[in-house]
Amino acid sequence: MKTFAELNFPGRLIAVEGLDGSGKSTQIYLLKRWLEAEGIKVYFSEWNSSELVKSATSKGKKRELLTPTTFSLIHATDFADRYERHLLPLLRAGYVVLCDRYIFTAFARDVTRGCPPEWVRGIYGFASQPDLTMFFKTDLEVSLNRILEGRPKLKFFEAGMDLRLSTDPYESFRIFQGRILEQYIAMTDEFKFVVLDANENVEKQQVIVRKLVSEQIDLKKFKRRSPLPLPPAIQPENKTHEIEGDLAAA
Amino acid sequence: MKNLDGSKNGRRFYGHGIPRVKLAELAGKLIVVEGADGSGRSTQIARLVDWLETSGHATVQVGLKRSSLVSSELEKAQHGNILSRTTLSLFYATDFADQLDNIILPALKAGFIVLADRYIYTLMARDMVRGMDEAWLKNLYGIALEPDAVFYLSVEPQELVQRNLSKNATLDYWESGMDLGLSRDMFDSFVKYQTAMQGAFRKLQKTYGFTIVDANRPVGSITKELRKKIRALLAEK
Repeated sequence: MKTFAELNFPGRLIAVEGLDGSGKSTQIYLLKRWLEAEGIKVYFSEWNSSELVKSATSKGKKRELLTPTTFSLIHATDFADRYERHLLPLLRAGYVVLCDRYIFTAFARDVTRGCPPEWVRGIYGFASQPDLTMFFKTDLEVSLNRILEGRPKLKFFEAGMDLRLSTDPYESFRIFQGRILEQYIAMTDEFKFVVLDANENVEKQQVIVRKLVSEQIDLKKFKRRSPLPLPPAIQPENKTHEIEGDLAAA
Repeated sequence: MKNLDGSKNGRRFYGHGIPRVKLAELAGKLIVVEGADGSGRSTQIARLVDWLETSGHATVQVGLKRSSLVSSELEKAQHGNILSRTTLSLFYATDFADQLDNIILPALKAGFIVLADRYIYTLMARDMVRGMDEAWLKNLYGIALEPDAVFYLSVEPQELVQRNLSKNATLDYWESGMDLGLSRDMFDSFVKYQTAMQGAFRKLQKTYGFTIVDANRPVGSITKELRKKIRALLAEK
């Protein structure tokens, strides 16, 4: 599997992976804020967020009628929609694309649900390797505690209840997350994950994330062209709104 | 089925299949009727259902875009023509898998005769005509159960045009392959697209070995041929 750099795309793709409660979403959000402030062309894409597919997914989840196969395929559909309509064109246009979860989430979850690994990998065969994949690795207990502390109402599929691991959603969630963690660890070398210690505090992790990104990607190549000039009619003191590009200079 | 051992009753998935399914338990029969719009598929299936039920067989019907999971979303997406090809392909695969998991497999387990108004072959042929990778499609549809019989109702494209126009006075956008930009003229596009689809079916026939039925003939004689073949199939046990 080739990276976007190896495929000579002008853009670069950075993915974060890890268990629920590993803090990866916080880290990629802070990364996004930094890149925007640096004036980088950046786009953020979340797992399971394609507008069109979402209604089918949430219906299936609500009615608990997804099987391992349909669960896998509907997420692949969601991913394909985002990949073909957003990620690829943006990568062609020289963006730094940030993905909160990428195909490895599907690999880990679907295989845990009993889908054959070669089948799942084959389906995602159209997707290329990220230029950087950061795996936020926590001890299982740490991520479980972060999620379970408030005794949230766990959703059926989120807790892996469809696997009939336990009738107690919390116990089911523990076992399910444990198996997913095993899958992530098993994929680490194969897909060149950079492993981050997600037991550390947020600030320390973010320092490492930013360092990794600037080492891996020559960021100055991805800057927006100079900020758009303001229309002549507007006097500087009357300026009421900012243009995105100006934020970096501010 | 005579044999309780899955390996002996001849049941198989085309590829990796569906997790945790016991093939030996699938006692019913899966019969697929394939063909373009206007090939007489629905007519033949209705006749077969009548005949089978009158003879005391329980039947269930499935078809494309009929899953409770995604059919309405798929309809919407197609209407707006906003999905790219991999997405549309996977959306259809989801629709198929939902019916396989929730209707076809349970019905076969209960000993029903399942009549499928099209199956994975149409889905694969459509994608092949649109340039999708065949190995990718083969892996994707490795979830599918091999049917007990597949009848492909083959009709010449020129005849299909006539049948579609006499029925609806218009040609369907997708059945004309208008998304492919083969021709701005819908009539032309329809004939070109259906010719390409037939080519794809011929190619698939080599791998999947289905029965090609000459459906340029009158309805009655096609029914007769289908009944004869299905009767032989049901006598096998």
